[in-house]
Amino acid sequence: MAEMMYWQAILRAHDEEMARDPLVFAMGEDIGVAGGTYKATTGLYAKYGDQRVIDTPISENSYTGIGVGAAMLGCRPIVEIMSVNFSWLAMDQLMNNAAKIHFMSGGRIRCPFVMRVPGGTAHQLGAQHSARMEKVFMGIAGLRVVTPATPRDAYGLLKSAVRCDDPVVIIEHESMYNLKGEVPDAEFFTPLEGVEVLRSGRDVTLFAYNISVHWALEAADYLAKDFGIDAEVVDLRALKPMDRAGIAASVRKTHRAVVVEEDEAPVGVGSEVMAILNEECFFDLDAPPLRVHALDIPIPYNRRLEKAAIPNAAQVVAAVRKLLGK
Amino acid sequence: MDRSVMAAMLRDMLLARAFEEQAAQEYAQGNVAGFLHLYPGEEAVAVGVLHAAEPGDYVVSTYREHVHAIVRGVPPRQVMAEIFGKKDGISGGMGGSMHLFDRERRFLGGYAIVGETFPIAVGAAYAVAYRKLPEAVICFFGDGAVNQGTFHESLNMAALWKLPVLFVCENNHYQIGTEIHRHSAMVEVHKRACAYGIPAEKVDGMDVLTVHGAARRALERVRAGDGPQFLECETYRYRGHSMADPGSYRPAVEVNAFVANDPIAAAIHHAEPHYPSAEELQCVGPDCVHRFTEHCCAEGHLDPAAVEQLRQEVGAIVQDAAAFARQSPAPEMVDVQAAFLRNRRFETLMEDPQ
Ligand SMILES: Cc1ncc(C[n+]2csc(CCOP(=O)(O)OP(=O)(O)O)c2C)c(N)n1
Ligand SMILES: [Mg+2]
Repeated sequence: MAEMMYWQAILRAHDEEMARDPLVFAMGEDIGVAGGTYKATTGLYAKYGDQRVIDTPISENSYTGIGVGAAMLGCRPIVEIMSVNFSWLAMDQLMNNAAKIHFMSGGRIRCPFVMRVPGGTAHQLGAQHSARMEKVFMGIAGLRVVTPATPRDAYGLLKSAVRCDDPVVIIEHESMYNLKGEVPDAEFFTPLEGVEVLRSGRDVTLFAYNISVHWALEAADYLAKDFGIDAEVVDLRALKPMDRAGIAASVRKTHRAVVVEEDEAPVGVGSEVMAILNEECFFDLDAPPLRVHALDIPIPYNRRLEKAAIPNAAQVVAAVRKLLGK
Repeated sequence: MDRSVMAAMLRDMLLARAFEEQAAQEYAQGNVAGFLHLYPGEEAVAVGVLHAAEPGDYVVSTYREHVHAIVRGVPPRQVMAEIFGKKDGISGGMGGSMHLFDRERRFLGGYAIVGETFPIAVGAAYAVAYRKLPEAVICFFGDGAVNQGTFHESLNMAALWKLPVLFVCENNHYQIGTEIHRHSAMVEVHKRACAYGIPAEKVDGMDVLTVHGAARRALERVRAGDGPQFLECETYRYRGHSMADPGSYRPAVEVNAFVANDPIAAAIHHAEPHYPSAEELQCVGPDCVHRFTEHCCAEGHLDPAAVEQLRQEVGAIVQDAAAFARQSPAPEMVDVQAAFLRNRRFETLMEDPQ
């Protein structure tokens, strides 16, 4: 078991998959000679050459489509979009083609396409570089959407995504590339579906994904220490398809739920989880579930306002206390 | 050319350089965060083009837009305060370094998504033409931006509808770390405009007088109703892509070659009447000395006292801007709400000039 950073885990997954399968290639802006904005492809250009590690022009929609076209012929492209904010420009190819070609061909043509995007709100990058777009991707039928919260999952999910015959969007986080964590030395695959219970508890379930997992874990520690509340933390991890059974199973045990999302609330992960709770286990709930989420505004540049727009562990603690009346 | 225009251009170039270097220092000291894309090396482009423009013209720029804004007359205090994310910033601290907007000076924004500015500029030009106004729209962008589909789509429509827009490519040969030969099949950017029948010219973007002359001619054609015009200015950025980028992908010899060709040094040469001493040359800054000295030797006129006076003047402006930004209050949540979803009903955003 080695400790490594999130970016190193992504790099390792790229390297192993490219070494194994010559049909795997990577493309994106500045991923080759410059090694990637977040270093996640460092050294691959030297190792695999410019036909397999492709520096692209600023043409997001077209190189995404090029990835899709190549995937139709059996290649396994890993397309990196430098920031999730630029994937808006690639949405036509992603939504109209990647997500639908398998279906439109009557299941005859596969599209094993992977898109990696750093998402989330980082540090004063302004309104056009701070969007969280999970709600957009998870609303598209035909895509799989996963979000690693740890180096272990950053590795395991990319490995699984490359082997998957469906198009997969992996949402990473700009603030997590230097996050350290244990990653097993032996090869492994994190499933593209299913939740993971990261902390077992009896009183309330905190549903989280990507960076909000860390807020939930931090909040759970406070809740235990300062308020004697035993919170369960569930990493949703796969946002599409969502693990309905896994979500319901936790709430059948704890009877209370708080969803923690970095995105603004309308039409998001929180509303989806609450709909699932409603449909799967409404009568197991002891209280109406709550959402902790970003404010419904573009992210302000000023640091204090930026932080105020995004949730944190303290807000999770407050929501749980409200839910339990403590 | 009129000496006073030359002096004004030189002053703006010196101000631009001093402002950006101050912003870099503030970043290094932790007063500013985010990316912070700086302009040193490229001053001749913004100054040359914008000194050829009329006050009523509209400007659309990118995330590397501090200097465009300042040359357009946005007070350095308010640009610096925005970079600091303060309430007195030109965008109230909501936009930041990449999103300067100034309604009064018709500065239609700095934008952070590469390529999204072409349609904005063409739309503004459409509004100008539609309302039969005399203004032009000036659209600045980099060499990397021309590979976005919007570039081609927008040039086509601008030409098709003969809209009053000047496209200015700041070709610094890099799309962050990717050199132009690795991102473009056609590296002579101006030739792309031919595909749409748009008159295009390539100029030395390190020479402010050349840029100024070409921009003036192009804007005359725009105002004469000849439709869109295109200017490619070959230039270089001395720093990394942003303060978050060390720029280590560029060979040192390449950087040095361009630094020796410093546009500010070139402008000083044209503006000054007497020959300076070696000590006096020193204070222009090491990156300028080479070209400055060569020119001065060849032509034999320059007045170092005047240069020094300009340098002190812009230095004071920049210090004042930084002090202003530091003490400016931070915006509050009520300011966020005020900036967001304001239904202005039938108000016309950009009024006709009086
Ligand atoms: C659509 C989009 N893709 C990628 C980026 C990331 N990015 C920001 S600046 C830049 C390079 C732009 O190069 P160029 O147009 O030459 O302008 P320069 O920075 O050199 O002035 C890139 C790739 C972005 N902001 N928007
Ligand atoms: Mg460039």
